[in-house]
Amino acid sequence: MLTIQNYVRAQSLQQAYDLNQKKSSRILGGMMWLKMQNNTVNTAIDLCDLGLGAIEETAETFSIGAMVTLRQLETHPGLNAYTRGAMARAVESIVGVQFRNMATVGGSIFGRFGFSDVMTIFLAMDTQVELFGAGKIPLEQFAEMPQDRDLLVRLIVKKRPGRFVYQSMRNTRTDLPVLTCAAAELDGAHRVVIGARPARAMVLRDEEGLLRESIDLSSAHTFAVWVAGHTPTGSNVRGSAAYRTRLARVLTERALLELGEPQQGGSEDGD
Amino acid sequence: MEINIRVNGRAVREQIEPDLLLIDFLRAHGCLSVKRGCETSNCGLCTVFLDDKPILSCSMLAARADGHSVTTLEGLQEEASDFVGFIADQGADQCGFCNPGFVMNTIALLRENPDPTDDDIRAFLAGNLCRCSGYEGQLRGIRNYLNQREERRNGQEV
Repeated sequence: MLTIQNYVRAQSLQQAYDLNQKKSSRILGGMMWLKMQNNTVNTAIDLCDLGLGAIEETAETFSIGAMVTLRQLETHPGLNAYTRGAMARAVESIVGVQFRNMATVGGSIFGRFGFSDVMTIFLAMDTQVELFGAGKIPLEQFAEMPQDRDLLVRLIVKKRPGRFVYQSMRNTRTDLPVLTCAAAELDGAHRVVIGARPARAMVLRDEEGLLRESIDLSSAHTFAVWVAGHTPTGSNVRGSAAYRTRLARVLTERALLELGEPQQGGSEDGD
Repeated sequence: MEINIRVNGRAVREQIEPDLLLIDFLRAHGCLSVKRGCETSNCGLCTVFLDDKPILSCSMLAARADGHSVTTLEGLQEEASDFVGFIADQGADQCGFCNPGFVMNTIALLRENPDPTDDDIRAFLAGNLCRCSGYEGQLRGIRNYLNQREERRNGQEV
């Protein structure tokens, strides 16, 4: 059971950050995981009054406040136009609409959960996290850092020209994923993100240029084999390491082939 | 600490403990349609509207709802009554325990998307678990309700 001694709606980021320096304090995200823990929290810090619940879009970036819900990510027209629906696809299997109306992007990213669909899709893009203490750092770097007492303020996604595809394998529709896979072409370079390994998601870039010429059955297979060979996997209740390694290959291959399909209504020549 | 919450249109002011969950606050105020079916934020039985958005009241602090409006099935009797009959006619309800959360989320779906496809319905209601049925009866019930509503509308136009 979760026990909370004091509840504070922070009135400034500085106040939230200062309160959070005590080990017995916790910043509340959506509370979806927090409330399932056996935990005593001295001060629960709520960021809900700090205006962090909006997605702001400019010509160059999306600025996504820490309190934005997963449902907002799923239904935001600009974000889904940019990701060609991959953002909605990444979060739509997370429990249910009610859950996604509460779970926050800040909670998902700060928690650096291994199973995170949210971490997986944001690693496929050019994403930075803005921390109150440490400032802006690339998400890829943040994803590997241990949890500290900093305060995640927002995510910033640069709208670099890109294409994105999201795949996941689940034992049942709304369960945690057995493996997640996002594929992206960003400024002409390819990357694949594999999560729920079950460790934290990791980025694999096409360092050997296997996809440089084109994405077809053969190059997608070759790169997928390379990805599976370079992705450490482990076993847990949802699947074995060997199964996950197999999934890493299959999902990567499928995601790449989807990525390689001509854009609908685009100017590419059909064959 | 003191909170002010509008529950089904009625202003409630109360002293609460900081870790009181919204579900327990609501049940203490007579909203017994709001139920706990799991302890893992998964079953959807405790669904209520917070400012018209469906949420899980088991996973929200009452303190966080301070200053907001909460609606439970008790406050939506009129909107729900027509639709609930269609679910009952399909024999979809067996034990009925999941029904209030299911009805709440269906109302949320139809407010957002008045003409959903079967896939839209499945996707929106994926977070409402029912351990008696295979969900087919519920889907048929919603479909029949929508068809009948459509027929009524067309009939009026003629």
